[in-house]
Amino acid sequence: MTDISAQDQAPEAVEKTRNQWWDVWDQFRSHKGAMAGLIFLTFITLFCAFGPMVWDVDPGKLDIRNKDVRPIYVAIWDGDAKTSWARPMGTDHLGRDIMSNIMQGGRISLAVGWTAMILAILIGTFVGVLSGYFKRLDWGLMRFTDLVLSLPILPLLLVMMLLFRDPLRAAFGPETGIFLLIVAGIGITSWMQTARIVRGDVMALKEREFVLAARSIGTPPRRMITRHILPNVLSPIMVSATLGLATAIITESALSFLGLGFPSDFPTWGKILFDSVDRMTAFPERVLWPGLAISLTVLAVNYIGDGLRDALDPRIRGL
Amino acid sequence: MLDDSKKPLVSVKDLKMHFPIHAGLLRRRVGEVKAVDGVSFDVMEGETLGLVGESGCGKSTCGRAVLRLYDITSGSITIDDREIGAIPQPDLREMRPTMQMVFQDPQASLNPRMTVEDIIKEPLDEHTTGTDAEKREKVGELMDAVGLNRKFAKRYPHAFSGGQRQRIGIARALALNPKFIVCDEPIAALDVSIQAQVVNLLEDLQEQFGLTYLFISHDLSMVRHIATRVAVMYLGKIVELAPREGLYAEPLHPYTKALLSAVPEPDPSLARATERVILKGDVPSPSNPPEGCNFCTRCPSVMDICKRVEPEYREVQPGRFTACHLYNDENGTAG
Repeated sequence: MTDISAQDQAPEAVEKTRNQWWDVWDQFRSHKGAMAGLIFLTFITLFCAFGPMVWDVDPGKLDIRNKDVRPIYVAIWDGDAKTSWARPMGTDHLGRDIMSNIMQGGRISLAVGWTAMILAILIGTFVGVLSGYFKRLDWGLMRFTDLVLSLPILPLLLVMMLLFRDPLRAAFGPETGIFLLIVAGIGITSWMQTARIVRGDVMALKEREFVLAARSIGTPPRRMITRHILPNVLSPIMVSATLGLATAIITESALSFLGLGFPSDFPTWGKILFDSVDRMTAFPERVLWPGLAISLTVLAVNYIGDGLRDALDPRIRGL
Repeated sequence: MLDDSKKPLVSVKDLKMHFPIHAGLLRRRVGEVKAVDGVSFDVMEGETLGLVGESGCGKSTCGRAVLRLYDITSGSITIDDREIGAIPQPDLREMRPTMQMVFQDPQASLNPRMTVEDIIKEPLDEHTTGTDAEKREKVGELMDAVGLNRKFAKRYPHAFSGGQRQRIGIARALALNPKFIVCDEPIAALDVSIQAQVVNLLEDLQEQFGLTYLFISHDLSMVRHIATRVAVMYLGKIVELAPREGLYAEPLHPYTKALLSAVPEPDPSLARATERVILKGDVPSPSNPPEGCNFCTRCPSVMDICKRVEPEYREVQPGRFTACHLYNDENGTAG
């Protein structure tokens, strides 16, 4: 008997020794869309990152004799179509393998998307929190935001490309130089929405009593922001982040389309898509695959963001 | 009636807190809301000063201004022999442990993304230098002191009831062993049964830790229960300050009389016998208070002088202060 009562006593002292991130994971797992999104994103990331090691066809290699090969599944309904097991997704009008192009393009598109999104979110959150929290900075920062917002993005990017392309190429090599330029270009032209949303939320939070309570304790502004403000503006930041990733991938596609992005022998999802638009009716698969990759990635990230937002909110987590 | 040997822990002199009003296209300053307009009082060590008044009379603003949660317009505040009226916010930090606050809305005053332990630990993190384990132990002691179960330390505020949340708020205020606590309507958002619990808790803690309270409330019977002295505010000013028994037995200022006559009397025969003073009209806007006495627009015993000259706030009987021309012997001739 004494043993039983001792065991009953033991959990009284500390209810949970469990790490709270396990609770976050449990809540995240219960969001079906988020789990599906996470699985797809993991799959596409692995596909692009490690695919080329398995499928080692050079994406830039021209093979004119095998141009315009249809994907393998076309053979099911059209026996006369030019298909080949060596080119399961077909080839384009220059005989380049589409599957290895999508892998290579995915690496670039995902890298550009994530980096540009993270950059935009960092700038946007920084500006938003500063202007929402410090009244003195508000006017200046918000007028600056309006200014950037009113700039026409594409001409601005065009000028940036012309001015900085060659120096950056010389400094970092052609690929890294262009990558940095595009990421910076997209990042610094898409933080404004986040900044405005965050500013509004911070201003509302600043008037809440728990911030006043923290001030009565003597918490300095720096820790006030990291401890009380930022965790509570996480939801809108998460939403703009998921939207931001989509915009970044699409903006990069638009830039590539205009010939301002990566050089022409450098595939990205956006560029494969735009290269194939002309002959879309004859070869729908060339639009379908990169298009699907872009939209499914964006959708997956949106769902993950949704699930993460719920999982990080203790009220929804139900603890 | 007052023990003169006791020294005041908190001394407020002519405290003013005006909020600017900006209007128009250019956001020019067109006036100000005189939320607190020249308030003076002392709080003795170990006592509870009740601050009562109707909604919008500036009680809460006054409480927050005393703790310098706002940058005050003018006046002097001395807490524990240190003048804090004019010093800049960063320099106040070292004074913060002495003075703490319990807030009105226990839901809004706790960060929803922090666990109870983190909330109570925050003041310890800011002002003490112990190991994490020591701080946790202290949090556990505080939770015991306010009657919360220690095993709930890892839970989030939304999982608690209103009364429990208010206990969390009280534990946070107690964490740094303060001398002076401003209780800003700590019971207004709670059920009546919970109100009694929280007030009794506050009284027990006062005894245990030797606390001094400024207890802000609109609940006159609760103030009668807890306060040693009571100050009555109307439109940004204190109209009367007196020891509890005196004030409830024989109110001096016409506003206090009206306020006390509004307290429901449980005995029906007594209730029929007492005369109810019903005030007419509305409270004037604090951005444009009337000339003379602030209460002159609604006062049942208004005189000519009330509309011209502002009555002086002075001691009319030992320990009893009021601002009313009825108790000025010279009846305003000095003007």
